Amino acid sequence: MEKFIYLDNAATTKTAPEVVEAMLPYFTEYYGNASAVYSLGSKSKEAIAKARKIIADSLGAKDNEIYFTAGGSEADNWALKATAEAYREKGNHIITSKIEHHAILHTCEYLEKQGFEVTYLDVDENGVIKLDQLKAAIRPTTILISIMFANNEIGTVEPVAEIGKIAKERGILFHTDAVQAFGQIPIQVDELNIDMLSASGHKLNGPKGIGFLYIRKGVKIRSYIHGGAQERKRRAGTENVPGIVGLGKAVELAFDTMEERTAKERELRDYLLKTVLKEVPFTRVNGSRTHRLPNNANFCFQFIEGESLLIMLDMEGICGSSGSACTSGSLDPSHVLLAIGLPHEIAHGSLRLTLGADTTKEEIDTAITAIKKIVAQLREMSPLYEDYMKKNGSQQ
Amino acid sequence: MYSEKVMDHFKNPRNMGEIEGASGVGTVGNAKCGDIMRIFLDIDEAGIIRDVKFKTFGCGAAVATSSMATELVKGKTIQEALEVTNQAVMEALDGLPPVKVHCSLLAEEAIHAALWDYAEKNRIHIEGLEKPKTDISEEEEEEDY
Repeated sequence: MEKFIYLDNAATTKTAPEVVEAMLPYFTEYYGNASAVYSLGSKSKEAIAKARKIIADSLGAKDNEIYFTAGGSEADNWALKATAEAYREKGNHIITSKIEHHAILHTCEYLEKQGFEVTYLDVDENGVIKLDQLKAAIRPTTILISIMFANNEIGTVEPVAEIGKIAKERGILFHTDAVQAFGQIPIQVDELNIDMLSASGHKLNGPKGIGFLYIRKGVKIRSYIHGGAQERKRRAGTENVPGIVGLGKAVELAFDTMEERTAKERELRDYLLKTVLKEVPFTRVNGSRTHRLPNNANFCFQFIEGESLLIMLDMEGICGSSGSACTSGSLDPSHVLLAIGLPHEIAHGSLRLTLGADTTKEEIDTAITAIKKIVAQLREMSPLYEDYMKKNGSQQ
Repeated sequence: MYSEKVMDHFKNPRNMGEIEGASGVGTVGNAKCGDIMRIFLDIDEAGIIRDVKFKTFGCGAAVATSSMATELVKGKTIQEALEVTNQAVMEALDGLPPVKVHCSLLAEEAIHAALWDYAEKNRIHIEGLEKPKTDISEEEEEEDY
């Protein structure tokens, strides 16, 4: 494959070489089943325990509060469905937000069909949930608040500490989908009063197909996958040992490098935002400028459509993503961009670029040059731009 | 995801631009759904489409179908242009992904809209041409999960 510039790290990341190296022996050498009695099995068991400890320590949690899953979506499904089932006696009301990942939203819609009631909180123009609305939404029957730690599209970080406090005061469980935030922002589950947290390996230079759900001791949710006694009988299935080892290594690396890496990403990202806003007319930045993931940039370019932009960026070797309808498989643009109040036609022209540990200034400069050129080309082609120009005269 | 032909027409769109004082201009689609096509026709006294240009706001398939539609009607008579269906546009592009079929409908409709404009301006009746719908969108299929 030709050289390319990868700016889609919120979609997935490159598995770090150290991670691959740590995983390899668990495919070919220490392939024993962790449940086995012989010492080959113990090797796997020890490796799982080590990874579990690394993850627990990173969150200020206990080892036995970390449950491995096949990824973020499974962790989200488990948290919601099992809580709904276990706490049904207490009530049938769940509070979430309009900008959650589909792993949460579609699970909530499923639960609604099962007789649960779900409140989807609004967000402000920056994508921050409204705490007053959260407080007002709480009912005696509310059993769970599930709000993402940070949004995957626009990078906005939610007021998790305040949400945790509210949930604790009212005696309601608090789950957070931290798939985007984990490894980018320090998270301490006790300080933030988080009862359950979902995370995924491949978002932090770990392997795909592995993630975990943190479940605070005392939260009485049951297994979601029935079978063997793995994961304290709460998640059956022979452990994905190489995946777990890889996840452990990725978490270790992410936390060792967090400060330096995110400072560099933030600086490059701010340069990207500033330069594109300055050099490309009719452009806006989506998401909070202050409470934001360090590696996320999200733009809307007026008068153009996102998929065309992505294909043309790909032709220049640049990987990005968009919340346009064409990339979502429906006719509607991203639910997140609509929730922050953007009209459909603006939301169709969105571009998300998410930086990684290896992203360089040169790559960002190349991307900026390409964006300028491509946006101008697509506007030349756009009847919306033609109409606007005829109405409003020359370029601003 | 797209055929080579689609990619070719997306990368090198044919007849992109506008025609000053066009004989007929048609705009279809809506920005809400993310597709708008505008076709400009230059039709001579003999009813031959001498020139055609397009402008499109939309995805790769929207651009490619507009481009292909302009190629298929250029140099043709009005009656021949009317026979350019969305199916013909799709076939000429070696097919489209199912979710993009509406783009080819939009291209057909844009040609019809431009012809309708031409007919109205010249107070003539074009046999077989119906007033175009300006808003084309397929009903979304609701998936159950």
